[in-house]
Amino acid sequence: MSDDASSAARDLTSGSPDVPLAYGSGVEMKARSQWAYVRIRFLRHRLAVASLIVLVLIGLVGVFAPQLAPYGYDQPNYDNAVQSPTLEGWHLFGTDQLGRDYLSRVMYGIRTSLWVAFFVAFLSTAIGTTIGALAGYYSGHVDNLLMRLTDLMLTLPGLAVLLTASVYLGSGDPLKIGLILAFLFWTAVARIVRGLFLSLREKEFVEAAKAAGASDLRIIVRHMLPNCLGPIIVYATLLVAAAILVEAALSFLGFGIQPPNAALGKLVSEGQGEGFDLWWLVTFPGLVIVLIALCVNFVGDGLRDAFDPTQRRIRA
Amino acid sequence: MLSYVVRRLLYSVVVLAAASFLVFTFVSVSGDPLAELNIIPNLSEQSRQNVIDRKHLDDPIPVRYGYWVRDAVTNQFGTTLLGDRPILPDLWRVMKNTLQLVLVAELLAILVAIGIGVSSARRQYSAFDYTATTVSFLGLATPVFWLALMLQVLVVQVYEHTGLKLFPIASLNSIDPGTGIHFAIDRAHHLVLPVLVLMVASVASYSRYIRASMLEVMGSDYMRTARAKGLPERQVTMRHGFRNALIPLVTLVALSFGSLLGGAIVVETVFSLDGMGLYFVNALRANDPYPVMAWLMVTATMIIVFNLIADIAYGYLDPRVRYE
Repeated sequence: MSDDASSAARDLTSGSPDVPLAYGSGVEMKARSQWAYVRIRFLRHRLAVASLIVLVLIGLVGVFAPQLAPYGYDQPNYDNAVQSPTLEGWHLFGTDQLGRDYLSRVMYGIRTSLWVAFFVAFLSTAIGTTIGALAGYYSGHVDNLLMRLTDLMLTLPGLAVLLTASVYLGSGDPLKIGLILAFLFWTAVARIVRGLFLSLREKEFVEAAKAAGASDLRIIVRHMLPNCLGPIIVYATLLVAAAILVEAALSFLGFGIQPPNAALGKLVSEGQGEGFDLWWLVTFPGLVIVLIALCVNFVGDGLRDAFDPTQRRIRA
Repeated sequence: MLSYVVRRLLYSVVVLAAASFLVFTFVSVSGDPLAELNIIPNLSEQSRQNVIDRKHLDDPIPVRYGYWVRDAVTNQFGTTLLGDRPILPDLWRVMKNTLQLVLVAELLAILVAIGIGVSSARRQYSAFDYTATTVSFLGLATPVFWLALMLQVLVVQVYEHTGLKLFPIASLNSIDPGTGIHFAIDRAHHLVLPVLVLMVASVASYSRYIRASMLEVMGSDYMRTARAKGLPERQVTMRHGFRNALIPLVTLVALSFGSLLGGAIVVETVFSLDGMGLYFVNALRANDPYPVMAWLMVTATMIIVFNLIADIAYGYLDPRVRYE
């Protein structure tokens, strides 16, 4: 299993995942690696593929916001104040009372919010996987400590802890908010990885590797981890959606990312401050959050089906 | 069973103590409780010193923590930092309002979710099932605060275009709510939108869960036995399937209590409801660690109690689970 996965990784990098086999029976068959199967199953999931494309497009908008945005993030234009969405002057999302273009502001908001979300997902997955793997493999003091810490985290409402942390750690900075979120999120990843490792530890191939004299590190990294990659990747994807929603809530309440940094949640609360007559200021940044979270969840769903064919569902 | 409950409670006390010490240390080390004082102009040195003396801010953190524990246990969580206002009476008031909001929303959410989940499972892959799946994905991707704002925008727009006042968009009651039944109707009218917003996420996740649990039960042997006995299909799904599929929901609902309070924080802020969430946000904005500590301890206790009840109920509902 594990060698399949690692050779697949090599195949993917060398660009030849499909190796034709000659069986001499006239039927041409292809030996496919695990990863090729995963890719094929994912590509069959049309909704997930479409979501991935939308997500990539949104991501590109974020990355190239300074080049793409028709106006600056904080550039007032009093002649164009309080415009409802219009094609004129590219004010597709309208303007606020200072005449700032909300399409441009949303683009910059995507840039920050998406960056924070991916940062959180990556960091908490990395920390959670490391600690979960150690706890599951050695299941001694590390395991005990991890479980007690999780108990502690589960006792307090997550959003309240985040709010408290960001108030007292001095917020406003996307990096700090990302670190705070990752610090709360990693325990869930660690619990999942620990569970996977606990069951993998009893498998024969681990015993065989031990008998062959492989070191602990080698067993963990080369033999056990590749077998957990599926669930870990799926969970990391879902963390992106969770992070973007929680960051938006924090920023909305005024405890998250603060100006001069743009953030989608903050844009919604600023829109709220301008009154309900300017409905577009609240509507569009929020719609973008929904779109991103929805796409990420669909991609995660597709990945889950792709990694776990036993749970495959028929889809429209 | 009794020894299990006692052991769990003792362990919970230890967890609470550890959590309170960690939070207290964190808040004391990273925040300056006098920051708010320094903003006030023309503050006399005397009143400044009064606050420091009252809250023992000159002492090291473990000593301050000791004073806090003493206040929490014997003196209703003590008082706020600046106003010297007793904390617990305020907390009781907002807690009642929040529990009212949350319990109503949760109860309705469970009922709606059961309806959707069971129907989805009975007609798997039908148009209804796909619609329910899509809508629940949407519900899980929608930020609570944005949904609340959009409903407010909608109500305001309807009012401006037709003059129709659908629902109040802020506070728990009108200025003059009346008494008795009038008060209740007024309160219910004010709670419609907040309850609706809180329900969405719960319905979305519970209905998915019930659907999965129902599908799992549908394939089990005793369902086939029930059908083989010749029971009508309705009785098979409701008596044999549904009741067993519901058991895991008990755990899910109890475990969701924490995230429900998170939702309450957001909803109460948007609708300016005098509940725990708004109280917490205001305490944070005022940079006052004492109500924040009290709030966290009270909610932590509630979460622990809910989890314990869920575990006991689970053991009672599912005889295969036994606690020792």
